[in-house]
Amino acid sequence: MDPKRMSLEEDAILLQPIQRTGKAFYVTLFSLLAVILWAAWAYMYQYRNGLGVTGLARPIFWGVYITNFVFFIGISHAGTLISAILRLAKAEWRRSITRSAEVITVLVLFFGVGNILMDLGRPDRMLNILQYPHFKSPLLWDVSSITVYLTASSIYLYLPLIPDIAILRDHGGKYQWLYRILALGWKGTEKQHHLLERGISIMAILVIPIAVSVHTVVSFVFAMTIQPMWHTAIFGPYFVAGAIFSGIAALIVAMNLIRKVYHLEDYLRPVHFNNLGVLLLVMTLLWFYFTFTEYLTTYYGGEPIHMTIFWNKFTGRFAPYFWGMFLFCFVIPLPILSFQKTRTPYGTLIASISVIIGMWLERYVIVVPTLTHPRLPNETVLYSPTWVEWSVFAGCVSFFILLYMTFTKLFPIVSIWEVQEGREKSMAEVQERIKTYLPGIGVE
Amino acid sequence: MMHKWGMVIDLDRCSGCQACMAACHAENNIAIVGPEEAAKGRTIHWIELLPYIEGEFPHIKARLLPRPCMHCEHPACIKVCPVGATYANEEGIVGIIHSRCIGCRYCTTACPYTVRSFNWYEPRWPKEMKGSLNRDVSVRKKGVVEKCSFCHHRLLRAREKARAENRELLPDDYIPACVQACPSQAMYFGDLNDPFSKVSELSRERRAFKLLEDLGTEPKVIYLSEGM
Repeated sequence: MDPKRMSLEEDAILLQPIQRTGKAFYVTLFSLLAVILWAAWAYMYQYRNGLGVTGLARPIFWGVYITNFVFFIGISHAGTLISAILRLAKAEWRRSITRSAEVITVLVLFFGVGNILMDLGRPDRMLNILQYPHFKSPLLWDVSSITVYLTASSIYLYLPLIPDIAILRDHGGKYQWLYRILALGWKGTEKQHHLLERGISIMAILVIPIAVSVHTVVSFVFAMTIQPMWHTAIFGPYFVAGAIFSGIAALIVAMNLIRKVYHLEDYLRPVHFNNLGVLLLVMTLLWFYFTFTEYLTTYYGGEPIHMTIFWNKFTGRFAPYFWGMFLFCFVIPLPILSFQKTRTPYGTLIASISVIIGMWLERYVIVVPTLTHPRLPNETVLYSPTWVEWSVFAGCVSFFILLYMTFTKLFPIVSIWEVQEGREKSMAEVQERIKTYLPGIGVE
Repeated sequence: MMHKWGMVIDLDRCSGCQACMAACHAENNIAIVGPEEAAKGRTIHWIELLPYIEGEFPHIKARLLPRPCMHCEHPACIKVCPVGATYANEEGIVGIIHSRCIGCRYCTTACPYTVRSFNWYEPRWPKEMKGSLNRDVSVRKKGVVEKCSFCHHRLLRAREKARAENRELLPDDYIPACVQACPSQAMYFGDLNDPFSKVSELSRERRAFKLLEDLGTEPKVIYLSEGM
């Protein structure tokens, strides 16, 4: 046995998902494929007939697709941002969770963009955005910042993946040619490690402002118009906070699944869920703060055009959605996350599922009520999404899960080398670091 | 001096007969969506009558307000279009390049007057009407946005005619279909830059107002209020 293989013994379980594929995987794969095919058929139906097959009408020109766009882009803030912040903060507990977070970011972005493309009346002309770009439009800002974000977060996912790909290359097994190319000749020399660490730090710093800009710009799509309850400066930070909120929730759900399916209880420990649970709690409170501020400002100002929409959310037609959002975003997660006793993997899973549902509702409650009540008197049109829109939504979620699953079958979902590095080096490093914080331990 | 085309609608004279809507439909090849789709809010109108209630109980009145595109001086729709498919020409008419529109419906959501319509399906006409489409106006395809153009094709035609006859464009040469059709003569059209034009004179009347004036969009459609 060569030394490399020996050194992996402790973490051999991390390679198991790649080496062995059970029946359950194929069952899940085919069920997901069935949903995706159904959704593809639904979209083709829409493509052939026009957007009339959705529930949209005048004046409710935007609905589930735009809600999904904001929702998926929001989820994408899980990864990159959380992982970058934890890396920069040198939070040692990050080591086994960063990868699973970064993958969410990259994969879910496609569905954010996809929903906007599926919302187009003329998807065949989407390249007009490149041919006739009009940079006064916030949608163009979106195109620009999401492109940068996708690029940066892909690099940020790829860099820490290189040493693990090299492990796969040296281990033999399937797809050798792929790993050989992707490993970029990684040998694990001192110089290579140094370069890699540099690259990762630079990207970790870069992706934070990019991630913030992405969701700010998504909010600008609404906030830059003068429509009632959209035209507000709070939308930028509100959307960013909401994005991180739903992003952490998505990460906790993904980690729970990985832990159960691949038996990684040893790597994704209760402490990880506890810590992420605390972060989610902070975001829950921040979400409440922003929501409270937004609605109080509207209510106190009392302008009739805003109040129509305000009351429609509070007591009117959209009350079930609005209070549903409040229930799922605040009432359910808050008590679960407040106590260490319930900040368990299972407890945080319940809270996270609730948050994800709540955040979808939040986006719906932002998009639809404002459009239902334009400034001028209008025919009362009620928007209810059709089977086409729900099918496409289900298809997007399934496709995302499928891609995520596939990733775990090709690459280790827990960063092997970072866990090893944690075991081998950080103990001493952390000790040194603590010494620098405190007086009287003999470090200048 | 460049023309600045504008419209004045005298609400005192408007009887709510909807002749403007009918004329507009015929003139601009507006698709007929049928009763089922109409109930869902899929009708397309370039001008329509907005019903609204004025005043407070017990002094309330039901009113009707004909609403074409306002052709704002500062239009919200133009800014937000990601492909520059909606634009204002040098005379201030807000137009759409239908063949460039990607159908994102950002303009329809951004317009505070909700004047814009979307083609939810491929446009269809009853068989009998197919021969009577106006050849001066292009038929819009499925998936694009459309709205009132102040019958811009009529301006092009009037200009051509004036040029052929070797004369200046006269005020009566260019009138949109709705204005022409109005039986109670509640609608006027002309050059707002000409201080002596009928629309200019009316726009300075005490009754004159613009819709949602405080938004700063500066509409070129001016209303004369009722009952003063």
